[in-house]
Amino acid sequence: MTMPEATQPASGWSLALSKRGLNFVLPFVVVAAAWQIASLFFPPFLFPSLIDVFKRCIDIFTSWSQFSDVLATVGRILAGLAGAFLIGAALAVLMVRSRAVNDFLSPILTLFQGIPALSWVVFAIIWFHGIEPRIFFIMVMTTLPAFTFQVLAALQALSRDLMEMVMSFRPTRTKLFRVMIIPAILPDILTAWKVNLGNASRVVVVAELVGATGGVGYELLQQQQVFDMAGALAWTLQLVFFVLIAQAVLTFIESIAFRYRATSERTL
Amino acid sequence: MTSASPIISLNKVSKSFGKSGAASSYVAVDRLDLQIGRGQLLALLGKTGCGKSTIFNMIAGLTEPTSGDVTVDGRNPFREFDSFRGKMAIVFQGDRLLPWRTAVQNVELGLEMLDVPADKRRETALRWLGTLGLRGHENDYPHALSGGMRQRVSIARAFATDANILLCDEPFSALDEMTGRTLRAEFVRLVRENGKTAVFITHSINEALEIGDRIVVLKRPANIAIDLPLTSATPVAEKEAIRHQIQSVLAA
Repeated sequence: MTMPEATQPASGWSLALSKRGLNFVLPFVVVAAAWQIASLFFPPFLFPSLIDVFKRCIDIFTSWSQFSDVLATVGRILAGLAGAFLIGAALAVLMVRSRAVNDFLSPILTLFQGIPALSWVVFAIIWFHGIEPRIFFIMVMTTLPAFTFQVLAALQALSRDLMEMVMSFRPTRTKLFRVMIIPAILPDILTAWKVNLGNASRVVVVAELVGATGGVGYELLQQQQVFDMAGALAWTLQLVFFVLIAQAVLTFIESIAFRYRATSERTL
Repeated sequence: MTSASPIISLNKVSKSFGKSGAASSYVAVDRLDLQIGRGQLLALLGKTGCGKSTIFNMIAGLTEPTSGDVTVDGRNPFREFDSFRGKMAIVFQGDRLLPWRTAVQNVELGLEMLDVPADKRRETALRWLGTLGLRGHENDYPHALSGGMRQRVSIARAFATDANILLCDEPFSALDEMTGRTLRAEFVRLVRENGKTAVFITHSINEALEIGDRIVVLKRPANIAIDLPLTSATPVAEKEAIRHQIQSVLAA
């Protein structure tokens, strides 16, 4: 018996989707299987069973005292990124308005880019007393150059034609930003957030590892001291989950904000 | 109706780019005297690179002259830039629509700058889109519109602010002959019906003859080569003579 013709395209689509889904999942399944097999031959402090890791993840989710550490880390990442973005955007506006400011700040920001995150951690411990100011400072200093350069590039790439058109209506500065500048640079801003989100989630762990009494980094240090690999993996996964969720939120915002874009049937 | 008093006045206006006296210095406009009367539709004609757009930018207040005075309605459009809000509108060579705004939102742009309430803004924008034959496309994004439709939106955007002065920089040059001709006719009708003063920059003799009630032909660097008054009653034979006269000036 053959399938009705009308259903064939639908089954073709579902087949393609299943194949893509399989291609996505397969590498993770292989790694997980290899890990699980390794757990049969090695002691738990080297390769714990994935079931143990899963149980530890559930523990973290269901215990407020542990989950609050995850939230603290998330809060630090978001606060650091927001601070760096605001300062970076302000610097970028100044740099695009004045060549002298640009010439002065560009080398400084390039210098900052060359300073390792761990050095900022040491500086922060020496300069600041409180934990939160230390971590905020580290987060801002490590992500500020990237934000500044990305917003600067977006401002420099603004269409001169569109700027002239909007200027011909004599907008106030606020309206110029609202109707022209912010919508034009929004794609670059979202890309900057996506890139810096990954960087920030790596840096925050280092900052918490050395200078905090709570958060994912601090908890990782605790797991290391008792050689609890299942715990270390479970806490690491919390950050991975956060990055995945945050990226999904940014992608969702993009799909809403950039629905005006034309799509071509031929793509790269 | 055309009034004798000039609304736009350029007195001994020069504009050069690059350092004065340097080898790379380029004179775009050279001691230009030009008066444009209220209600006049002036076609500013010249070859590519003769300084038409520089004159346009100086009248629009986007560029300051190197020497001489530009006044619009008695004021300096560059130094008193903000005071011309809502009094001057521009139709550019390209449609220059904001890609993140729908057709109606693009038309509302100038009205937003004038703090017109949202409902009144929408009503005016929809009316102008309707006038220009774009009913049904109000919520389309620019990428979904044809070149002619996009240019209609940009004309609607300029007219929606009800500015007294319209500056047009070769707005139909990128369109096909038929669409360009239709839009030109619509443009002239709207300018006349609404009593606007319009400066229309073009490099096409036919376009200048179709549109202007005065044609100013520029030589390079920009200065007046000939200044020709026209009326709708100008006989065809006389228009042909004018065409030949313009051609010989441009060929020189």
